[in-house]
Amino acid sequence: MAHAHDAHAHHDDHHHGPDKGIMRWIKTTNHKDLGTLYLFFAFTMFFIGGLMSLVIRAELFHPGLQFVQPEFFNQMTTMHALVMIFGGVMPGFVGLANWMVPMMIGCSDLALPRVNNWGFWILPFAFAMLIGTLFMDGGAPAGGWTMYPPLVLQTGNAFPFLIFAVHLMGISSITGAINVVVTILNMRAPGMTLLKMPLFVWTWLITAYLLIAVMPVLAGAVTMLLTDKYFGTSFFTAAGGGDPVMFQHIFWFFGHPEVYIMILPAFGIVSTIIPTFARKSLFGYDSMVYASASIAFLSFIVWAHHMFTVGMPLAGELFFMFATMLIAVPTGVKVFNWVATMWKGSMTFETPMLFSIAFVFLFTIGGFSGLMLAMTPVDFQYHDTYFVVAHFHYVLVPGAVFSIIAAVYYWIPKWTGRMYNEFWGKVHFWLSAVFINLTFFPQHFAGLAGMQRRVPDYAVQFTDFNVISTIGAFGFFVAQFIFIFNMLSSCFGWFGRKQGLPDRVWEGAHGLEWTVASPAPYHTFEDPPQFSDSEGTAIHDEAVAKA
Amino acid sequence: MGSAAAQNSQRYFVPAPSVWPFTLTVGLVALVVGVAGYLENDHIGPVPIWAGAIISIYIIFRWFQGIARESEGGQYSAQVDRTYRWGMSWFIFSEVMFFAAFFGALFYARGLVMPWLSGEGTKVATHLTLWPGFEGTWPSNGPANVGGDFETVPAFDVPLLNTLILLTSGVTITMAHHALKEGKRGLCILWMWATVALGATFLYFQAEEYIHAYHELNLTLESGIYGSTFFMLTGFHGMHVTLGTLMLLVITLRLMAGHFKPDSHFGFEGVAWYWHFVDVVWIGLFIVVYWL
Repeated sequence: MAHAHDAHAHHDDHHHGPDKGIMRWIKTTNHKDLGTLYLFFAFTMFFIGGLMSLVIRAELFHPGLQFVQPEFFNQMTTMHALVMIFGGVMPGFVGLANWMVPMMIGCSDLALPRVNNWGFWILPFAFAMLIGTLFMDGGAPAGGWTMYPPLVLQTGNAFPFLIFAVHLMGISSITGAINVVVTILNMRAPGMTLLKMPLFVWTWLITAYLLIAVMPVLAGAVTMLLTDKYFGTSFFTAAGGGDPVMFQHIFWFFGHPEVYIMILPAFGIVSTIIPTFARKSLFGYDSMVYASASIAFLSFIVWAHHMFTVGMPLAGELFFMFATMLIAVPTGVKVFNWVATMWKGSMTFETPMLFSIAFVFLFTIGGFSGLMLAMTPVDFQYHDTYFVVAHFHYVLVPGAVFSIIAAVYYWIPKWTGRMYNEFWGKVHFWLSAVFINLTFFPQHFAGLAGMQRRVPDYAVQFTDFNVISTIGAFGFFVAQFIFIFNMLSSCFGWFGRKQGLPDRVWEGAHGLEWTVASPAPYHTFEDPPQFSDSEGTAIHDEAVAKA
Repeated sequence: MGSAAAQNSQRYFVPAPSVWPFTLTVGLVALVVGVAGYLENDHIGPVPIWAGAIISIYIIFRWFQGIARESEGGQYSAQVDRTYRWGMSWFIFSEVMFFAAFFGALFYARGLVMPWLSGEGTKVATHLTLWPGFEGTWPSNGPANVGGDFETVPAFDVPLLNTLILLTSGVTITMAHHALKEGKRGLCILWMWATVALGATFLYFQAEEYIHAYHELNLTLESGIYGSTFFMLTGFHGMHVTLGTLMLLVITLRLMAGHFKPDSHFGFEGVAWYWHFVDVVWIGLFIVVYWL
């Protein structure tokens, strides 16, 4: 990737190209450089968070305590979640937005390139702080990533570092999101109206809106924790007229939109890849846009379904139950549209398509278990069991993470000019698909049978499920190295991989990013392109119907 | 600077590589690490706090100075202008949501926690076993009378005066804007100084009110949920007024240095938007924190 710009002569003479060495990456204002940095950072965090999950799975391989103390186990569950959510999935999607949004809407860069640099470089520092808490007195935060008081207030020296790390991640997310929104609203190529935008751009627009709306609320919530601990406020202390449950409300007002922040870009990716390999335009483009917007709206009024067992008034339980179940409608529209896009398509099954189809199947499983959890009386049994763990891992791993992997396979020929190895891509897919189900499917049964989450030990009747789950987790982790080597080989031209791909790497692919060279030159679209009717037609099904 | 110099409005403005963002991050991280260490008595000492604060402030200054130079150098197209308009709007929206969290905490405490601690609805058992006899009426510092008895700041006293000051400042900045658009720079600068003065006066009265609350009313940050919500809401608002006043000051000095044109002055308008946002938040505070 580093040499991408060298491969093509520029039509203008005034570009000096980037600086050399480390300063290029520190000073860069280029969306492609920053996208690359975001993606390398995200996969580093996936690796670290993955190691933490292996500590968890190793400990749970058998009942009883074998490898770690319960205290450290709790640190691992907490840190695994924080690292994966804020360090892995979110920066992964931001990296993809960095690379693809300007190329998809036909502009030269994001609207605020220096702010973009700032948003990225906060992350390594914030996560150094967060992961550094593992070595402090009292250890890392161990009260769960949701940081519920009063438990989280018992954190040792790590506590203010946790709070400030969250603040810094919030700054990064908000600046990144403002950048994406402004870019999309202001910098589209002439002729690209809102309803002609690629769906990845649409879902990112909605995601960015959600980020700007809820990250400040999280910042407020953790600020209250900080003042409660150090400055004598009583927000979450009943003795002073506050309420610990109030934290849960504020947190989940952030937290529920947050789960859609982690899945809406995935919807956009899958809606981009499936039409390419089905060689049809996306079925129901408009309904996809409206469904995404509906999901975003509903995400603001369902937060308390995370708290059904906390003792809310009946009216609250009922409202949040019905509002939550409503989300199944727009989500169902989406799943229907993906399937209908494939219907009678000329399908081929390259690796990005395999991951996308797996996404449709496995995300839907996670969606259905979510529907079960939405029902208040049923949730009374499922709450805080491994059923919940299975549910959200189904939507996050074969959901969000598979979509990021699919996106990297799909676009890496455009980024580097070198195709990945299809054979090893398929091997990686099948190992991932098998092991991820091996990891998380048994957890449904363990949870329904009553195994609680966030415990290092369990009753012996859950042993078989946990053995299978642990084997799956180790297998999945190891399988990802195939992916990493495959992608690095494309980046750096290992194993004699040569450049020389056509602009439109995939014959069924449409959109402005496929009209520029592969690899994409360091600066693309310095003059706004005209968004041609044929590209618009291919993205938007309505025009096809007319033709 | 490359394409930055292009005058053609069809072309994009892409800034050159810059060390500002990275340096700002270093400053911010040093600051928060210093503060975190201070909170946990880690003996890191005050050096990271000061170094971080100085680096951050210096870079913020340099960054905005750079933007002002690019703008005055004619590098910004109509598209960049729209970018800053959208960017500022969404930034203010994020600020609104930050305040929403604290307003939400206030409404939740008053509307739900008070009746529940008093045994309303299904919370009878909680009331009887934990806090028998507690009658939650607002203002409250909770059943344990955390922080001791206190009095509240009456709304129709200094807070009303501060409301009038901020509303007036909203008028004066609008007058300044009209003067700028009509090309009357001297008048604009006068109105701006009036706005800065009103902002500073507000802050002075707010500080007096805090001193009064701490010394005579026994109303402190530690006065239970009332003290928490009162000081966090008005305190964060006061911090925003401080920032807004500094921004007004910078804009005024830029006006005196000949910056901005009657038809192109988003730096001015962005600060005016921010000032109006601060104003609107105050009206919300006046109504739900002081008055009701």
